[in-house]
Amino acid sequence: MLCQECGKRPATLHFTKIVNGDKTEFHFCEPCAREKGELIPGTAGGFSIHNLLSGLLELDPTGKPATAQQKAAQPRCDFCGMTYAQFSKIGRFGCGECYRHFQDRLTPLLKRVHGNTTHVGKVPKRVGKKVQLRRQIEQLKRDLALKVEQEEFEAAAKLRDQIRELERQSAL
Amino acid sequence: MSRYTEHAVSSWMQADGPDSDIVISSRIRIARNVSNEPFPMLATNQQSEEVLNRVASVLKDEELKVIGDFDLVPLTGMSELEKRVLVEKHLISPNLANEARNGAVILSGNEAVSIMVNEEDHLRIQVLYPGFQLKEAWDVAGRIDDIFESVVDYAYDEKHGYLTSCPTNVGTGIRASVMMHLPALVMTQQMNRILQAIQQVGLAVRGLYGEGSEVMGNIFQISNQITLGQTEEEIIDNLHGVARQIIEHEKAARQKLLNESRAKLTDRIRRSFGILCYAEIMDSKEAAQRLSDVRLGIDLGLIEGLSPKVMNELLVMTQPGYLQHHYGRPLSPDERDAHRAKLFRERLNPSGR
Ligand SMILES: [Zn+2]
Ligand SMILES: [Zn+2]
Repeated sequence: MLCQECGKRPATLHFTKIVNGDKTEFHFCEPCAREKGELIPGTAGGFSIHNLLSGLLELDPTGKPATAQQKAAQPRCDFCGMTYAQFSKIGRFGCGECYRHFQDRLTPLLKRVHGNTTHVGKVPKRVGKKVQLRRQIEQLKRDLALKVEQEEFEAAAKLRDQIRELERQSAL
Repeated sequence: MSRYTEHAVSSWMQADGPDSDIVISSRIRIARNVSNEPFPMLATNQQSEEVLNRVASVLKDEELKVIGDFDLVPLTGMSELEKRVLVEKHLISPNLANEARNGAVILSGNEAVSIMVNEEDHLRIQVLYPGFQLKEAWDVAGRIDDIFESVVDYAYDEKHGYLTSCPTNVGTGIRASVMMHLPALVMTQQMNRILQAIQQVGLAVRGLYGEGSEVMGNIFQISNQITLGQTEEEIIDNLHGVARQIIEHEKAARQKLLNESRAKLTDRIRRSFGILCYAEIMDSKEAAQRLSDVRLGIDLGLIEGLSPKVMNELLVMTQPGYLQHHYGRPLSPDERDAHRAKLFRERLNPSGR
């Protein structure tokens, strides 16, 4: 597809702008986007990642903007009181609980932004004690399967005991 | 407070870093929130004060004292100009300067560590190192994170990781970035191609002053875009690898310019130097471009007897906020352009006029 502005260079930037429910699609090459100030998300210019995000969020799954009635019926975070409609306007959550409340709607968005929905990084030592145990157990189970496959049953038995002990701890 | 606004260059910048002819600085930022508290945007005055007090208790931590001596500087009571200087030195964000309730910054003596409190998230831990030292910066930022974690419970869930106000930061909460001076890639018109390639591997590129600002003086900030689904190490390794490649491309482009158009390049650099030494009026955009040329001249040995550190210093000193702070009063844009030119003349002109 060619850039809609110059019609010469290939369009490398595609985005949809939603203003009051009217959807407009844009296809620009980078130099033209730069000139128009409709900049690539994350770079200079008026079109920041947050604008882009709230553009994406205002779409409901059917692609139609929500009606006032639908908005009123939207779930509300019971800790901070934020609704999904409010979130989609500003692109920011009001508290950590919002992530649990809006999980279903959030998943496609996270996929789009990060290409992924699940954290695999650092685990805080105190809050994440159970998480750490669970990850440790999963690792031991993988080790155990390997030992069984290699027919190293003595080592496997040790691992099995370890797993039982950790499972007991995580149930506490 | 004045200790942090007095000098244009933080003392961490005085040290030399690896590849510092191309990489100006490496930065790690970690976003964290205290659990069971609304994020700063929705917090009441009382709630944000509570967060500030809880977070401030970390200053007593012995392990933190091993990393450096830290000061908590509240933003209330700071003048607009002082805030602007901190922004220009990258110690706080414009967002914290403008909007924060009970906003504060915890600064290490050499200003390499700055921890913003009650910005978009409760905590934004930032570590800045000179040159290409991403891993070293991550090491320190991670240690500080561990210390905070031993004092407060973080907002965290198993699926989404560290919970942040904006879903673009959730997961690891890490934004790693390198600030690079890439004049030869710009001159040889390779930058567009590189920008596109960078975006395809999940990294973002910004101009010198971050989101919403122009690319000034051929300085680009490259950072990770993805914070979920990758480990901290993967995020940093990815950025490190890409930055390493860009360094090599910039080096090759510089060599190519030297080989193929040495006279033209030298002429451009010396003209820029001459203009900086003698101009009477200089706007910030031109200043950034001229500084970039001279900096390249120093790095290539085409200008002698001038330290690249002077260039770093001038880059900060000739920003609007610092300039006004330096002269002790608000200046109109025309006055700024004249004072900026004067500063360059004083610093660079051998006859000192
Ligand atoms: Zn075009
Ligand atoms: Zn909430």
